[in-house]
Amino acid sequence: MPALTLALLGAEGAAAPTFPVLSALILLPALGAALCAVLPKNRPDTVRQVAFLAAAATGVLSLWVMYHFDRSDAGFQFLEQKIWVRDFGIGWHLGVDGISLFLVVLTGLLFPLTIVAVTPEHEPKPYYAWLLLLQAGCMGVFVGLDLFAFFVFFEVVLVPMYFLIAGWGHGDSSKVALKFFLYTMLGSALMLVGILSLVTLHARASGGPVTFDLVTLAENQVLATTTARWIFLSFAAAFAIKVPLFPVHTWLPDAHTEAPTAGSVILAGVMLKLGTYGFIRFGLYLFPEATTYFAPLFLTLGVIGIIYGAIAATMQRDLKRLVAYSSVAHLGFIILGTFALNRQGLSGGILQMVNHGLSTGALFLLVGMIYERRHTRLISELNGLQKAAPILAGIFTVVMLSSIGLPGLNGFVGEYLTLLGAFASARWWGVVATAGVILAALYLLWAYQRVFHGAAQGAANEELAEINWREGLALAPLLAGIVFLGVYPKPMLNRIEPAVERLVAHLDANLGDDFVEVQGPAVERRGAEDLVHLAEEAEASAEAGGGHGDGAAGTEHEDGEG
Amino acid sequence: MMATLLAQAADVGAAVEIPSVDWWGLAPVLLLAVPAMILLHVSSLVPRFFRGFYATVTIGVALVTASWSLGLWGRVTDAERGPFSTVGGAYGVDGFSVFLTLVICASVVLAALLADGYLRREGLEGAEPYALMLLSASGGVIMASANDLIVLFLGLEILSLAVYVLAAMHVRRITSQEAGMKYFVLGAFSSAFFLYGVAMIYGATGSTSMLDIADFLATTVLARNGLLLAGIALLLVGLGFKVAAVPFHAWTPDVYQGSPSPMVAYMASGVKAAGFAGLLRVLLLAFPTQGDIWRDIVAILACATIVGGTVAAVVQTDVKRMMAYSSISHAGFILVGVQAATARGTSAALFYLAAYTFMVGGTFGVITLVGRRGDDHHDLSDYRGLARSRPVLAVVFALFLMAQAGVPPTSGFFAKFGVMSAAVEGGAYWLAIVAMVASVIGAFVYLRLIVTMFGAAEGDDAHAGAAGGEAEADDAEAVSATTAAASPERAGSAAIAALALAAAVTVVVGLVPSLVSDPSGEAVPVLVHPTPGRQLASP
Repeated sequence: MPALTLALLGAEGAAAPTFPVLSALILLPALGAALCAVLPKNRPDTVRQVAFLAAAATGVLSLWVMYHFDRSDAGFQFLEQKIWVRDFGIGWHLGVDGISLFLVVLTGLLFPLTIVAVTPEHEPKPYYAWLLLLQAGCMGVFVGLDLFAFFVFFEVVLVPMYFLIAGWGHGDSSKVALKFFLYTMLGSALMLVGILSLVTLHARASGGPVTFDLVTLAENQVLATTTARWIFLSFAAAFAIKVPLFPVHTWLPDAHTEAPTAGSVILAGVMLKLGTYGFIRFGLYLFPEATTYFAPLFLTLGVIGIIYGAIAATMQRDLKRLVAYSSVAHLGFIILGTFALNRQGLSGGILQMVNHGLSTGALFLLVGMIYERRHTRLISELNGLQKAAPILAGIFTVVMLSSIGLPGLNGFVGEYLTLLGAFASARWWGVVATAGVILAALYLLWAYQRVFHGAAQGAANEELAEINWREGLALAPLLAGIVFLGVYPKPMLNRIEPAVERLVAHLDANLGDDFVEVQGPAVERRGAEDLVHLAEEAEASAEAGGGHGDGAAGTEHEDGEG
Repeated sequence: MMATLLAQAADVGAAVEIPSVDWWGLAPVLLLAVPAMILLHVSSLVPRFFRGFYATVTIGVALVTASWSLGLWGRVTDAERGPFSTVGGAYGVDGFSVFLTLVICASVVLAALLADGYLRREGLEGAEPYALMLLSASGGVIMASANDLIVLFLGLEILSLAVYVLAAMHVRRITSQEAGMKYFVLGAFSSAFFLYGVAMIYGATGSTSMLDIADFLATTVLARNGLLLAGIALLLVGLGFKVAAVPFHAWTPDVYQGSPSPMVAYMASGVKAAGFAGLLRVLLLAFPTQGDIWRDIVAILACATIVGGTVAAVVQTDVKRMMAYSSISHAGFILVGVQAATARGTSAALFYLAAYTFMVGGTFGVITLVGRRGDDHHDLSDYRGLARSRPVLAVVFALFLMAQAGVPPTSGFFAKFGVMSAAVEGGAYWLAIVAMVASVIGAFVYLRLIVTMFGAAEGDDAHAGAAGGEAEADDAEAVSATTAAASPERAGSAAIAALALAAAVTVVVGLVPSLVSDPSGEAVPVLVHPTPGRQLASP
């Protein structure tokens, strides 16, 4: 069976560019899931290998897409367009551009790593099947260019995640899973009405046939302003819940905390991005005017999320819950960058999506490893782990610092760009959000200090097992990514940027006169050269700030010991 | 002859004339009704030939009818020949009636497959349930093809009377008797409403033929339309009862809970399809000009039905009652398609009926199996740990429940999508939003059942033990007790076939919806005046 998957992989790797690679990205894990489901129950190792191979093959395929991605092309690449349901104007339209490219790669890589790092406690067969189905669904959301296909995948991902949380979670997991499912479904229910309204009204206004095609809908803006605003709000409801934005975030801490480690990693690493990605691809692109009109609202909610998430994280007693709340804060930054509606902000937001996937994914993996060893996540019961497991502590430090946004690590570049974007177009929101950076240092360093520093009390803390090679293998690529993107984000920015530029141009082209009113006179747009320059600036300050950061950490260290 | 009666009913005012009868078009009714009667007689004269003989015959009859209807489908969708009406315009054969005939046949096949094992298990085997099911199906086909209110009433009564008996089929269960009685009394009452409505419409328009009513209303403006409004309202009550629309739904939970489970599968699919067939035909064919009046009423009914059904389902602990309320809310979704009063809306409603037939057939198939001997293990706790004792059954049930919740990629998703699309197209945004929010509440109902099946036994040992009639402290024992409590009988091959068929259709239609959406798009009801040349002169 593994050989078959390998053969498949080989065939795909060698294929011509006309090969429907994006469909393969969706179908490969789906087939893997089907394979896992039919394999005999008494051979968990085979199931595991098949699952890993399917997920890894998808990952390799996503890298292949990244490699062949033409960075001078701002539009969608690897396009596939087929008719799905002619009657309704539904198509199977797939494509990637700079905005979705790295999310595809993130989805491709995070799943196999999770499979390597975490073994389910029971029933591996359905576990891996659900996980692979989840990968297929997430891929579908990121590459779908047909509103209908997008919606289907957006809904489909709920089912495997629901079963993963309910079946392999901790504590009161079935209730939490239910909460997660219903919360998200409520959002998508409203979005479905929005999609149908958009499609119907668009067809009526443009006189053309009914189509769900994103590009067609976005490039011909025919809706009345008020109508478009209402429909945007229905989309925004779905995305806001998925992100999650401040008032509708309450499902997230529960779901993250009770989910199994793999679930938390995927939830934070990939699934939260479905919301922020949705805002960019389906909010901004489809409704430029409405997005601009409502930008202050979402900026405010984003900033509230940053501050609220940080404060809530500070007060958590449970390490996993703390990381969960830190996600609320980080996603706030992404929203801030997105709704800054300029190049820096959007590029920073997209970069930060990937960064958050790497660092929070790694944090959840690490917390999961600690939990596997100690069977507790309470900060008060963990102490002095550094002595027993220095490598674990070291990795934790790097990941944590990346999450804080320390220069030299990936988090800094993204956060810096989002704040830069915010300062350019939404200054006061930027000012408040900057405080969140400090708060992030507060809650993470404080938690680190309590968990890892000091003298270990109790045998369990003293004799904590060091990470094993398998766990190290899973963490290594994430660490490499964290450092690489922190030091040299240019290749990534180079690919993101043309698409962002195109989006901003689309925004400008479709705005009425009231845009200036909303945005104020402080709108500042930098050229492509400036942005590359910015990235280099970031690198330079990263190098300069690296030592400083270490120093700060050192100080904390001493404080902890003293 | 029935044909003569029909003709008389159609042209009450005119001199009695013998209309031409197109036996090819009328064949589906006869193909269902005649074997049913033969089956009744043969079974009383000779012993059955082999185990499952009656079920085999029933399925064969349904399949023959279905293939005949496929032939008719070719004829009515043919550009040159097209739909036609017969028996003096009282009986119309169009895409709509043929499509629903196929749906009703499918529901008969599913119910017969389920009934086979069930009746043997309960010691009730005989030809009567099958014969009644076929008779009632023939009534449903008449409803789907009626071009005359009297013919519609005839179909309604043939359908209903057989189903009343089916509800009371389980002679040893008092709840089954109760269900039959309740269904009969309330159903007869609603038939009276319907008939009274027909009388009023006759008073207002001077005809019971949908052709004449539509013509009359298209050319005449009534100075005082009180009689017509009352007539439409009464028709809506009568048909609303059959499709279980709130507030005419009160019988549904009791009847569904009490009736034998395979019969409920038929009631929820075939009977519901026939009820909607009647509703759609009356509203779209007889009263297309009165859309302003009935569209709002149907929209409010749809809203009340969706919300009422969903909310009531949340508080149920009996799975059959839960599914009864869920079927009420599904009726509400179909009404959303009806209220649009467009080709898209009708097509969406038909798609919904076709998809729902298989979903609900499968659902009650699982319920039949879990119900075990005596058909009374329907509490939520009977499903606890089903995933452990019968994993495949649990997965299949989860599939049907997810489909009912409208999760892609299942047929249920496209069904909801279609009716929502029709509602939005018709500008009924409020209804679409209410319906979608209600569908989230509905998802809670289905997920709760799924959670129970797949749920961890650890946290609920005490409860599970209590349900199994045993109390243990030990975890392992508790699990085994749970398993024992939730272990249904082994499914017979017929039941397996039914579940596999239903599951396959649910998934395949979910992936390739055009398999059903293309035909349903063509299956819009039309009125065809009888061809004068083919009409025989009156004697």
